Amino acid sequence: MKRDTLQNAFKRKKQFHNQLSGYKKKPMHQVKAPDVPEGLYDKCSACGKTLSQKEMIANKLVCPYCHNHFRIRAIDRISMTVDPHTFVEKGLGYITLNPLFQEGYEEKVQNYKDKTKMDEAYVYGYAEIHSEPCVVGIMDSYFMMGSMGSVVGEKVTKSIEYALYKKLPLIIFTASGGARMQEGIYSLMQMAKTSGAIRKLHRQGLLFISVLTHPTTGGVTASFASLGDVILAEPKALVGFAGPRVIEQTIKQSLPEGFQRAEFLLEKGMIDKVVHRHEMRETLHLLLRMHKRGAYA
Amino acid sequence: MDILQKEKKLQKLEEELQRLDDEKAIEAIKNTIQAYKIKSMASLTSWDRVLLARHPKRPTAKDYIEHIFDDFIELHGDRNFADDQAIIGGIAMLNNIPITVIGQRKGKTTKENIAYNFGMPHPEGYRKAMRLMRQAEKFNRPIVTLIDTPGAYPGLGAEARGQGEAIAKNLFEMSDLGVPIIAIIIGEGGSGGALAIGMGNRVYMLENSIYSILSPEGYASILWKDASKAKVASEVMKLTSYDLEELEVIDGIIKEPIGGAHYEPSLVYESMRMVIERNLRHYHQMSHYEVKTERYAKYRNIGFFQRFNYDNLKGVVK
Repeated sequence: MKRDTLQNAFKRKKQFHNQLSGYKKKPMHQVKAPDVPEGLYDKCSACGKTLSQKEMIANKLVCPYCHNHFRIRAIDRISMTVDPHTFVEKGLGYITLNPLFQEGYEEKVQNYKDKTKMDEAYVYGYAEIHSEPCVVGIMDSYFMMGSMGSVVGEKVTKSIEYALYKKLPLIIFTASGGARMQEGIYSLMQMAKTSGAIRKLHRQGLLFISVLTHPTTGGVTASFASLGDVILAEPKALVGFAGPRVIEQTIKQSLPEGFQRAEFLLEKGMIDKVVHRHEMRETLHLLLRMHKRGAYA
Repeated sequence: MDILQKEKKLQKLEEELQRLDDEKAIEAIKNTIQAYKIKSMASLTSWDRVLLARHPKRPTAKDYIEHIFDDFIELHGDRNFADDQAIIGGIAMLNNIPITVIGQRKGKTTKENIAYNFGMPHPEGYRKAMRLMRQAEKFNRPIVTLIDTPGAYPGLGAEARGQGEAIAKNLFEMSDLGVPIIAIIIGEGGSGGALAIGMGNRVYMLENSIYSILSPEGYASILWKDASKAKVASEVMKLTSYDLEELEVIDGIIKEPIGGAHYEPSLVYESMRMVIERNLRHYHQMSHYEVKTERYAKYRNIGFFQRFNYDNLKGVVK
């Protein structure tokens, strides 16, 4: 009897805890089926073939005909990249504020929070890939185009510091429209902050793999995304500093086909390898194994 | 009425002054000019400051280098691809102290502007800046950077040669540089293109310069789908020196004469020289490690957010 009451007490404590924080713990590792918005992916945007959602999910959100990689949510990325039940989310409880008192910014963030069930556009934590421990960070382009504001910058830096503290390799999947303009100069400074943190990681001899996914542009490309020891990219991912529209306006002519795509960057020597989503897990595992500490001693 | 219209009015008064030869009338007109300057040109809106930052007569990085430093040797090229004219860099002397100076250069005439690409650097420009900074660290020279760019150049070649990577590498290396970096924004500080040479231990701004994540035109066209609302955007974006000092992103403001730096450049040169000298004295005492740590801590702590503190709850829940 005594034990029962104690357990109840803990339960009540936990409930009260949740009420106070207003935060419900997300059951990250339990998510099996990716939540695809209904009717959105019924047609492949590249080849126009009609696809059933079941087919898509089974195929890791890649078109089975033309191998077009669709944008995916951070939760899905975790479930298809790391070992099941190993992801432990870190860095919870960040609250986005409105430093420049921009009109409608708070409501916008709240909307995205409700829609995506995420705190911000970046999630990170401890994970294992085929039992190789690492720190994984994922940007979610469904949250305000994955733009980098103060919170995203801080969380990216925290994930780097976590990898430093635990002496683990770091993998970051980037997907971002750039710096978040509603936070103005603070967003810009996140570029300096994250790059500086990567430098610390570099000095400690830890591995940083940056995986560029569609789309990675602006301030994220110009900071940690380009600083990986190994830079991978998904096929046909748009990666660049300036967006295609801005370039078109500047040079006043239309861009060549395939410009700023992953294959283009591979040709220009900006990235190491274009990796299909189906092979991502194996490639990352291989890289982690190759960079294991003490492998050559 | 914005600052450019006011300037035209002032110009008319000054033309009148030259036509007159009666002493009393000259005195009277001089008084009106002075009164007009103080009354309507001393307090500026954000949009006025944007216009002044882009003013064609505004002193450029080259002017500052010529007038502040005693000797200057320009160094060219990134040793990889080309020499970017949009970035001017080299070694200068100030009171017999060698200093590496790197600046973003705008032109005054159209011809110059085309040669300097309107102050918009390509990746090779940033790589040149990086080369000069590493050189400065090797020979233990402090670095002064003068920032004046609308942004990094968005073009085909620039993208193909890795504009993003060039900026990222600059930030990466600058965070670990053992010599002090003093960054001064002298005109427009546009986005990553400005930050790529502006990650200083100390960041100063001229009074009528701007520093922002994107241009007010870009902001208006993205948020309101209307680039002509740039004037409204400039008020909202907090891009002037006074706003940024309040946000604690910059360390100080270098004052300009009424009407902008181009009215009396020598005053600005003098005060900028004093600022640089003061900082050189300050950093002279510090070791490489201290300088690095100070810079890293400065940028590590920038950000505006809240974190829910779970630890505090333990006292509340019984």
